Amino acid sequence: MGSITLEKVSKSFGTTSVIPEIDLEINDGEFVVFVGPSGCGKSTLLRMIAGLEDLSGGRIIIDGKDMSSEAPAKRGLSMVFQSYALYPHMTVYGNIAFPLKMDGQEKSAIDKKVKDAAHILNLTNYLDRRPGQLSGGQRQRVAIGRAIVRQPKAFLFDEPLSNLDAALRGNMRLEISDLHHQLKTTMIYVTHDQVEAMTMADKIVVLNAGRIEQVGSPMELYRSPKNVFVAGFIGSPRMNLIEGAEAAKHNVTTLGVRPEHIRISTTEGAWKGKVGVTEHLGSDTFIHTQVDGIGQVTVRTDGDFDTKHGQPIFLTPDPARLHRFGADGQVI
Amino acid sequence: MATLQTRATARIMMSPAVILLFLWMIVPLVMTLYFSFLRYNLLMPGTEEFIGFLNYQYFLTDPAFFTALGNTLVLVGGTLLITVIGGILLALVLDQPFFGQGIVRLLVIAPFFVMPTVSALVWKNMLMHPVNGLFAWIARLFGFQPIDWFAQLPMFSIILIVAWQWLPFATLILLTALQSLDGEQKEAAEMDGAGAISRFIYLVLPHLSRAITVVILIQTIFLLSVFAEILVTTNGGPGIQTTNIPYLIYMQALLQFDVGGASAGGIVAVVLANIVAFFLIRLIGKNLER
Repeated sequence: MGSITLEKVSKSFGTTSVIPEIDLEINDGEFVVFVGPSGCGKSTLLRMIAGLEDLSGGRIIIDGKDMSSEAPAKRGLSMVFQSYALYPHMTVYGNIAFPLKMDGQEKSAIDKKVKDAAHILNLTNYLDRRPGQLSGGQRQRVAIGRAIVRQPKAFLFDEPLSNLDAALRGNMRLEISDLHHQLKTTMIYVTHDQVEAMTMADKIVVLNAGRIEQVGSPMELYRSPKNVFVAGFIGSPRMNLIEGAEAAKHNVTTLGVRPEHIRISTTEGAWKGKVGVTEHLGSDTFIHTQVDGIGQVTVRTDGDFDTKHGQPIFLTPDPARLHRFGADGQVI
Repeated sequence: MATLQTRATARIMMSPAVILLFLWMIVPLVMTLYFSFLRYNLLMPGTEEFIGFLNYQYFLTDPAFFTALGNTLVLVGGTLLITVIGGILLALVLDQPFFGQGIVRLLVIAPFFVMPTVSALVWKNMLMHPVNGLFAWIARLFGFQPIDWFAQLPMFSIILIVAWQWLPFATLILLTALQSLDGEQKEAAEMDGAGAISRFIYLVLPHLSRAITVVILIQTIFLLSVFAEILVTTNGGPGIQTTNIPYLIYMQALLQFDVGGASAGGIVAVVLANIVAFFLIRLIGKNLER
């Protein structure tokens, strides 16, 4: 029970339009990730669904009911904030129990639910602590605990991992995905990090300047991006977007080829260039090359490939995996 | 070596200021202590002699002393009550975005810049005067008998004047504390289903507790020595209904010319202030540690 439909939803602050008009369907139990560069309106969109931001137009329908002008608490959603927004003077127990207390539930019922949530999130030993005495990851879990005790129709996450260090971020990513499999509740997750989007989502919504560029599963977006923006945004390292004479040869404005779809050789190939910076990751090697007449091209190859700076090199793109974009930036 | 030398130099350079401040504090204190053990009345010059604790005995057994002590506590407590509650309400209002916010904030702070004597005179002659005062005019407008504030409600009137002066201070401190409340916390509480009143009780009030503690501590220090407002308006009267400890000491020294007795009163006041401070810090000091 947690399908959310956005109908012609728009938002403007004064005369500046932040979100022109968005239609989106989120199915029950789906893990949807809103991804886009900062300032693309993804957080605003999430806050509009939460009810923290008024709509300038359109409707938000949750479980078949129009919730466009309902108060946040009435929508049956819970939210995990970027800063966690824990109540600093309450213990972990108090924090998790707060929404239940506000709901006017019985003490014994609250106690059971809080303990259950704490058990799921490994917080049982920390129930008496205050947020100030917890580490970043633990605070994050408390924030999630506060969200799950209400048994909401959907969870909203607003860049929840951006305050954590890289190792912890990886862990929490797994924990949140795990939680989604356990609870099977709809989740909407906002991030600017395409890795988080690719690894966690059932469905990715790529946003740019308030518009939806493309909606689809992670692999759909990876395999067939609809336009230059999505092509450049999804995938790491970025897709090489080649313009000019080389693109004209293929009768397109922009030619896209992913770094992992280029064959590299020291002896022969379609494009001749020079090795620039090489990044060794152990399992992979990213080689930034300077190709004559094309410019910078990044290549991904296996970890054992050895090159020197300035060494001549030959590249051959996989012709079956070229992405062709027209003058309007759309795929041809 | 270098640091040791700099440290020594720093001490030498600092010492004139420290010594001056120390003398500034210790000389009056020691002299007051000394006078408090003397029979020292300006009307009987040349009769000064050491009389032990007699001055203290007289001061502490004076029936006016306990009345004055009670008055002091009522004055401090009443003013604190009004300024803290009023300050929270005003801060909540000023925290809302509205047109002319800057000017309104300036106006709210203005009373703090008015000298106590001046504000007391304004209240006495322009607001609370039973014939010419604004309050009397309003009362007559609605057909009521005007209140003769300083005769009928002398203590309440003084509390009102002092509270008016200190309200800006409380408001200012509480407003800055309020503005430091994290917006996401408020939104989280809103999503958790907390209404405006619950948000105030569970979120805003705990957040303000530290600022409230600061307001209470600082105001208490100043309110224990309220004097000008009483001198200008009621002169401690009617009877001794508005005489607090500082005013009682003033009466001893400058109306009865009993320097020795006043000095003893001064020392008693210092001790009392310390007792109050001790309990205050024990009582609410925990708030500051968090």
